[in-house]
Amino acid sequence: MTDLAQDLLSSFLVAESQLNGSRNLGVVSLRKKAMDRFEQQGFPTTRDEEWKYTNLKPVLKQDYRILLKGDDAVSFADIKKYLLSDLDTYKLVFINGKYSSWLSESTHQSFDICTFAAALNKYPEVIGDYLGKAAPEGTTFVDLNTAFADDGAFVRIKRNQTVDKPIEILYLTTDENGPAFAQNRNLIIVEQNAEVQIVERHQNIGTQPNFTNFVSEVFAAIDARVSYYKVQNDALHASLVDNTHVVQERGSNVHVGTYTFGGKLVRNNLHFYADGEHTESHMDGVTIIDDGQTVDHHTLVDHREPNCYSRELYKGIYLGNSHGVFNGKVMVRQKAQKTNAFQQNDNILLSERAKVDTKPQLEIFADDVKCSHGCTIGQLDKNALFYLRSRGIPKKEAEGLMTYAFASDALEYVKIPQLEKRLNRVIADKLGINLEFAL
Amino acid sequence: MLKIKDLKAQIEDNQILKGINLEINAGEVHAIMGPNGSGKSTLSSVIAGREDYEVTDGAIDFDGEDLLDLDPEERAHKGIFLSFQYPVEIPGVTVSNFIKTAINESRKGRGQEPMEAREMLAKMREKSALLEMDKSYLSRSLNEGFSGGEKKRNEIFQMAMLEPKLAILDETDSGLDIDALRIVANGVNKLRSKDNAVVVITHYQRLLDYIKPDYVHVLYQGKIVKSGGPELAHELEERGYDWIKAENA
Repeated sequence: MTDLAQDLLSSFLVAESQLNGSRNLGVVSLRKKAMDRFEQQGFPTTRDEEWKYTNLKPVLKQDYRILLKGDDAVSFADIKKYLLSDLDTYKLVFINGKYSSWLSESTHQSFDICTFAAALNKYPEVIGDYLGKAAPEGTTFVDLNTAFADDGAFVRIKRNQTVDKPIEILYLTTDENGPAFAQNRNLIIVEQNAEVQIVERHQNIGTQPNFTNFVSEVFAAIDARVSYYKVQNDALHASLVDNTHVVQERGSNVHVGTYTFGGKLVRNNLHFYADGEHTESHMDGVTIIDDGQTVDHHTLVDHREPNCYSRELYKGIYLGNSHGVFNGKVMVRQKAQKTNAFQQNDNILLSERAKVDTKPQLEIFADDVKCSHGCTIGQLDKNALFYLRSRGIPKKEAEGLMTYAFASDALEYVKIPQLEKRLNRVIADKLGINLEFAL
Repeated sequence: MLKIKDLKAQIEDNQILKGINLEINAGEVHAIMGPNGSGKSTLSSVIAGREDYEVTDGAIDFDGEDLLDLDPEERAHKGIFLSFQYPVEIPGVTVSNFIKTAINESRKGRGQEPMEAREMLAKMREKSALLEMDKSYLSRSLNEGFSGGEKKRNEIFQMAMLEPKLAILDETDSGLDIDALRIVANGVNKLRSKDNAVVVITHYQRLLDYIKPDYVHVLYQGKIVKSGGPELAHELEERGYDWIKAENA
């Protein structure tokens, strides 16, 4: 057993009774069982098929603090640049995993946009109905999170409600704890015909390394509409394992966009379970990373019912000695006739030292389905480059512009214009091109 | 302005241009006609600097400078413009962002300051009106989802914005209906002056009814086999290319 695993076990014994929700016997039992499974299993290694291309060892070697303190010294000025400043939003801000009420704007009026900690106490039945129902037991990071997580975002949108403005969820890490191992959890419940837009970000604003093991469970009821955007542009000493699990009922439409521009090691486990007919599952993303960075997207769409649509488009641009992984699994169960599943992963390597491992994985047990998948790893189109150069744009700038065009293609489904603009700007900055967006 | 001397070019060991001689002066319009596969598009690509083609012999002199030493972007900075037969789609980059980048990079290449934003905007408005383009064009992704006619109009819009000394229109009439053809030709005519020159590469006489050439050249099997005035285009329209082929068999 690794030192970190041992630390986690002993920390659990110390903290268990003090965690939020420890009066809820159901939650307590869930946590204990999860911790038992973690004790059995430990952390995955590259010998595990699911972790074949991504080696956690270097980031798990660090001596992290597990039971964290918040940090009162963080002011709005410190975090402003991580929020969509030109847009009115609900805000849930966590510092070292602890909720910061003075930086947040929550509500209980028409809908609940508050903390997971509050919900653990306030809504024990809801917690009983939903907690752990989307994220699968038996995967190390989910189990570990189930055992420890006692705060995060709680969003519950009642039937037929449309949230009037987007929700921003910000998880910050400071130097207060030294190297920090943070575990938070979102529970997002969108009832029948309700609608919500969420922008989420994890950000290390200090100089110490940190590791975040994060779980988000999303429940989209009949005809619900959810847009969930993950902006990952963290510091080079920050690592993140994000486990996002989405359960969809009939007619619901869920989009999860993942935009990864930073972090030392980022692993996104994104799972969709299409549990009703006529659902739409959209997942897309842009990854642009450079020296010393690894980004691993592991996705699953599980088509369990007929007549559903899924669309998956991931674009990757790799510089320096960066390493990208894409593993996209599409499961079509026997019952799921007339499934229409599209998957595409396109990558551009801008350096000879950059590397991508891409693996589509289709398991189809129904006979009347339309499933397409493709992946490309390549360079830029010569014809298009000549076109740009013939207009007076020098080679380097033309390459930047083309790469930008390649990436921004995956932003088509972003419904918040301010966010789209922000993402385009980040992409342009990353590629060193100068474009004006105020048109 | 442009002097092409005994130009020979190949692509992957396939000799396409077999000794082209052509001289174009400021204020002139030249039409280059010829059957498919005669080397028309290769000639325009070689002048613009496409790297797929290897020039094996000859020279291209532009305003006293050897063009063949220059990169495509440097040729553009000197005032050469090629309207593409198949303009490339660039999703995610708007027409206005693209043209701004092109103009300011060209100015930079010539040692000039970037164009003032207000001047740029006024110019975009003026030139898009000239080509009867709706304002919404400017905020669309470059050529993405454009019809054939819109793409060609957009090429001439770029030409109008960049104000080249030498504009080469490669099959600009292909895929255009009669209204679009009139708009495009009108745009080109408005841009003509005693200081610039236009080369119209076309298969058909049709476009030359609108853009009147001073000289017409027939390209066949990699060589200019006949040159004349506007009447040559009419003769080709009537008689087709078979007599040219027969004469050069």
